[in-house]
Amino acid sequence: MAERLVAVANADGLHARPAALFVKAVTEAGIAVTIGKAGAAGGADARSILAVLALDVRHGDQVVLRADGDGADDALDRLAALLADANV
Amino acid sequence: MPATVLTGIGIGDRAVAGPVLRMGGAVPEPPDEQRTAPAEVEIARATEALAEVAADLRRRAAAADDRDASGVLQAQALMADDPALAGDINILISAGKTGARAIFEAYAKYRDVLAAAGPYLAERVADLDDVRQRAVAACLGVPVPGVPDPGYPYILVAGDLAPADTALLDLGTVLAIVTERGGPTSHTAVLARSRGIPAVVGCAAADTLIDGDYVLVDAASSAVVREPDSADLDRLSTLDGTDADPHQPGRTADGVAIALLANIGGPADVAAALAAGAEGVGLYRTELLFLDAAEAPDQSRQVHAYRQVFSAFPAGSRVVIRVLDAGADKPLAFLSPEAEPNPALGIRGLRALRAHPEVLETQLSAIAEAAADVSSQVWVMAPMVAEPAEAAWFVARCAAHGLPVAGVMIEVPSAALLSEEILAEADFVSIGTNDLAQYALAVDRQAGGLADLQDPWHPGLLRLVRLVGEAGTRTGRPVGVCGEAAADPLLARVLVGLGVRSLSMAPPALSAVRRSLADVTLDECRDLARAVLGTASAAAARAAIKDAL
Repeated sequence: MAERLVAVANADGLHARPAALFVKAVTEAGIAVTIGKAGAAGGADARSILAVLALDVRHGDQVVLRADGDGADDALDRLAALLADANV
Repeated sequence: MPATVLTGIGIGDRAVAGPVLRMGGAVPEPPDEQRTAPAEVEIARATEALAEVAADLRRRAAAADDRDASGVLQAQALMADDPALAGDINILISAGKTGARAIFEAYAKYRDVLAAAGPYLAERVADLDDVRQRAVAACLGVPVPGVPDPGYPYILVAGDLAPADTALLDLGTVLAIVTERGGPTSHTAVLARSRGIPAVVGCAAADTLIDGDYVLVDAASSAVVREPDSADLDRLSTLDGTDADPHQPGRTADGVAIALLANIGGPADVAAALAAGAEGVGLYRTELLFLDAAEAPDQSRQVHAYRQVFSAFPAGSRVVIRVLDAGADKPLAFLSPEAEPNPALGIRGLRALRAHPEVLETQLSAIAEAAADVSSQVWVMAPMVAEPAEAAWFVARCAAHGLPVAGVMIEVPSAALLSEEILAEADFVSIGTNDLAQYALAVDRQAGGLADLQDPWHPGLLRLVRLVGEAGTRTGRPVGVCGEAAADPLLARVLVGLGVRSLSMAPPALSAVRRSLADVTLDECRDLARAVLGTASAAAARAAIKDAL
């Protein structure tokens, strides 16, 4: 199980446009990824914009991304970089 | 027989006539009843409906010319083909629900979570409601609610308009807009004003209008006339006049100069301001440069933008630039404290800049550098000032950068009450009527259902304006208005009567305000102001101005 802890840099958090871009990137990665708030149990399906929005992730919040299998590390690196980019 | 004249709140001063087309109404909640078709049929129906809605939203996203609107539509498309939602729907249908009901309930689960998360997600709840409505309609095979696109000019009638609706409006074919809800600062009103489309908002009886009705929309009288007769239609020719000389400076019939200025957000807005005959800029909002930025843009980037604006206006014309107004409805990552319990009353505007003096110092340096080699007069203005000491602090900071003219916004009631003391410190003041109304009447600018309190005609607001106008007269220092109120041709007369000597607005509003002022003397403006200030509600103020005309 690969795992990344990242602080969300966008000023709007993972709410409007950034949430859509993130979900799109996960879908394009083609593997199952979960996202959860740091410290909280479990994780939501990161391909679901409704589930991602429901996490109510705000600017500066830490989230944990998890994935399994081939390419999981590479995919999580890209997704973590996306969340750490304030301009996304 | 319904009334032939429906009244609301007029936006603009033009009158137009044409056929009504209604925006699609709400889709009713599908009943919670046992499905009769097999599960796989209902699942296929629901899946197809969601795919259809997602594809439609993506088409609309591609067609939208506004980046924000396109982003909202793309996010909505993802809400329609959400994999977690699809799983929930399959489970609900397998348990006996119809496809439409399963869609409705599956969204409801997320809707409740988003709604509970508070105001930051309120817009997403509206987006979700819109997607859910479209998906349920598609599943039931009923018309999808949306903006009509008939290919001929028409009058758009709606309950209210959401940003996602108006982003797709082909404004070339919309003659006028009539909405049942919304106040003078609602999204619809702001859009109508900025595009120069006449509108009547908050017109509750508009729900009686149906497709094909022929109506006259007379924004100046705040009226919608059903089946107008020839006398009504005569108003078209007299009200829809054109501006003979758009570049004549603003003045009253007896020659009192009233500077007519533009509100702009950056260099991209300069051309429209000049074309509309703006004598300068009354409010240059600098937030655009800072939005979406993790840290403040560096000085050279700021100088570049400011110089483009300052140099576009002729020698001697005034360009009022407002330093960064962060907080409340426009939080910035590097300035706004996280999770304030009440951001409208928190660290915003000048307060945020005092907490981060380095941001203000860089901005003032950039303004001074950009102003050094231009011939327009650059005035610098601070947002959200509550007391004279703050004004004095700001003026001193501007002086340290060699900026000779520094003033402040009057948006907080205490600043209006203390305006004479503030004008002892500041070179000028400009009244932001939108925020001043919000704070004076304790009514959120975004809140629905409070149109009568959000009305800039409210005497509770105008009596505060009077105090500021009197302070300007006593101190001999300029008092301007840069809120929505300045764009209302009749209210402009009242403001002049109260002592305001510059009006700043969206450029399309300039010509109507210029013509309105040219028809009256200063004394007549004072009489109108007296008539309006003697009232005790916005409705009474609007009635009083009609009687006084």
